[in-house]
Amino acid sequence: MIPISYSFRNLWTRRFTTCMTAGGMALVVFVFASVLMLAEGLRKTLIETGSPENVIVIRRSAGSEVQSGVERLPAAIVESQPEVALGADGKPLLAKELVVLYSLNKRGSDKPANVVIRGIGAKSLALRPQVRLVQGRMPRPGLSEIIAGSSIARRFQGGGIGETLRFGMRNWTVVGIFDAGSTGFDSEIWGDVDQLMQAFRRPVYSSVIFRLGDTTTFPRFKERIESDPRLTLEAKRETKYYVDQSEAMAKFLRILGVALTIIFSLGAMIGAMITMYAAVANRVGEIGTLRAIGFQRRSILGAFLLEALFLGLIGGAAGLFFASFMQLVTISTMNWQTFSELAFSFTLTPDIIGKSLIFSVTMGFVGGVIPAIRASRMNIVEALRES
Amino acid sequence: MTYFLKILVKNAFRHRLRTLLTIIGITIAILAFGLLCTVVSAWYAGVEASSASRLVTRNAISLVFSLPISYREKLLRMTGVKQVSYANWFGGVYITEKNFFPNFAIEPKSYLDLYPEFVLDPREKENFIRDRKGAVAGRKLAERFGWKVGDSIPLRGTIFPGSWQFVLRGIYHGAEKSTDENQFFFQWAFLNETMLKSIPRRANQVGIYLLGLSSPNIAAEVSRNVDATFKNSLAETLTETEKAFQLSFISMTEAIVIAIQTVSFVVIAIIMAVVANTMAMTARERIGEYAVFKTLGFSWWHIAGMIFGESFFITITGCTLGIILTFPVAKAFGEQLSNFFPVFHVARATLYLDVAAALVISLVSGIFPTWRAVTIKIADGLRRIQ
Repeated sequence: MIPISYSFRNLWTRRFTTCMTAGGMALVVFVFASVLMLAEGLRKTLIETGSPENVIVIRRSAGSEVQSGVERLPAAIVESQPEVALGADGKPLLAKELVVLYSLNKRGSDKPANVVIRGIGAKSLALRPQVRLVQGRMPRPGLSEIIAGSSIARRFQGGGIGETLRFGMRNWTVVGIFDAGSTGFDSEIWGDVDQLMQAFRRPVYSSVIFRLGDTTTFPRFKERIESDPRLTLEAKRETKYYVDQSEAMAKFLRILGVALTIIFSLGAMIGAMITMYAAVANRVGEIGTLRAIGFQRRSILGAFLLEALFLGLIGGAAGLFFASFMQLVTISTMNWQTFSELAFSFTLTPDIIGKSLIFSVTMGFVGGVIPAIRASRMNIVEALRES
Repeated sequence: MTYFLKILVKNAFRHRLRTLLTIIGITIAILAFGLLCTVVSAWYAGVEASSASRLVTRNAISLVFSLPISYREKLLRMTGVKQVSYANWFGGVYITEKNFFPNFAIEPKSYLDLYPEFVLDPREKENFIRDRKGAVAGRKLAERFGWKVGDSIPLRGTIFPGSWQFVLRGIYHGAEKSTDENQFFFQWAFLNETMLKSIPRRANQVGIYLLGLSSPNIAAEVSRNVDATFKNSLAETLTETEKAFQLSFISMTEAIVIAIQTVSFVVIAIIMAVVANTMAMTARERIGEYAVFKTLGFSWWHIAGMIFGESFFITITGCTLGIILTFPVAKAFGEQLSNFFPVFHVARATLYLDVAAALVISLVSGIFPTWRAVTIKIADGLRRIQ
């Protein structure tokens, strides 16, 4: 067995080449990990936005709250269903909400983005335990007051506390800031539903959201609501609703990730292969000597493979190190399906670390295996003669 | 001189396998770079296709709010406005969500006048305008679903509830390469009449107005006038040039465009590392030869020329292969993603960028080995000969 330090020291001797190859691999792993982190961040945001006990009712085939419209009568029918849980005050834990888009300019750049304005009812906050007020107070019913998500307050003009927004021929004062963690609600503005319906001249709700008394009763509820001839509604679990909303975005990230990874890793593997071929070619005499001393072909193969794997590992670790800084970055973009702003951040999980390291070692292996086989197959006499 | 070139090519192929691998690497990188650039330019296709003499008027709150049809008369009377048309984003679904394509309810006559780039056979145009339930589709769209003129096309409404039946009266093709041939248009009057029957509150509403100007120079003035006219009304307007309107969509997805652009430069950086590595190894192996050259009286720029020439030869070969491959791959790619990117073709600017990237790679990768070869003392260099 050739000592492990032999492989190590060889990398150290050719520092420049090692750095270049590992640097190329690090970039590949960086991109690989970043795309995975982005997809994970999106998934996390979506999962945390919806709650499994909540049900959302929208107009059939509307797809999203923005496109949907629920008249007052059907909304009242949903409210009277037995599956709706009751709150501590004996009233149903249900909110009839209005969702519209408002084009708001970003601070600093003046670029517009479509922000969700949500008209909320008395129970809206209770239905979403992730959301809490961090500054100011809730809007009073009957007044032109709104509260903004912390992401809106930070990034959009007129979103901070005390500032005003103008729409529907009125000025709306931001009286509070709420924090919704990393959920989609963080990029929303909330106000009293009746005031907003009046201001936007929109006499219908967008959706009805309620808590199930018993989560197993959902299929029964769904079937009854969707087969009721008076209603053209559709019920979804909130978790599923939010996942469906970003299906296109998730698919896009997946395609992008796979395509980039394949192309990039080809480049990096070629780089590794060049390096390992050179490592073998430079050391023909050395290999001959090792064989002459009595090391087996297997040992030679192992030593060179180990070198390639180390190379991959160094690249992978460096790539991951830089990728971990991406966690500080938040991506905000328009979700094509809902046409509204969606913010999510890069999220690093142990699973992604594992995948990236396996990926980098694989790249090293693929790049190194052919040169290593070549090294192990060398004829002792010819190899010794070359030096 | 020919002598010099001979050395370059001979040198480049001394390590055939290594050179081959490096060339393949560059080919892949240039291919990836070209494709990513094409994706970014496809993103901007709508902006490219927009005209400077068209304005878009929409509700100031956001695009999901509509404007009353009564604004049309007022808009027509404004100075500088030559034509007015209007459209509604319909958002209908053909069989399943996967078959996405943009579909609009339009006022056919004025819309087709305002958009001469949608070329329609005069007979088909006449038939479309006459048939209340008529529709026209772009060439690519019709090909995608195998539609023929006269076919009945059902759409499921998402914004406007119900199931809608249209009869395909014509297939338009684009006057220019950048024209979107993936759209579907039908009569606004049909939508409006159905709304009057089912949801009267939503009838007589228009998504956006499109204004044709007498001259592109007055765009700013006209848009100011339009917005001032409807200020403090129930439906305030926001008027901008078609270009700005399209750009506002892109700026909303800007993060993705930036990410793709960054990644395309990372590809170049990766391949730069690979080529620089190859050149460094080559120069290290030949340091003795360079010392011999120096002893014979060749000056530093001969040696620099030899190293740079070799790296240039390798990168340009890879780059040429990459450019040649970009076209068929982009075509295959565009067909796969035709519903995401209706316009997907390789721009000339992309090719220039490809070549520029190759030049940068060859220069950067030559610097370090040249510096080593030029600065090494002759005696040190000779000592390395084994």
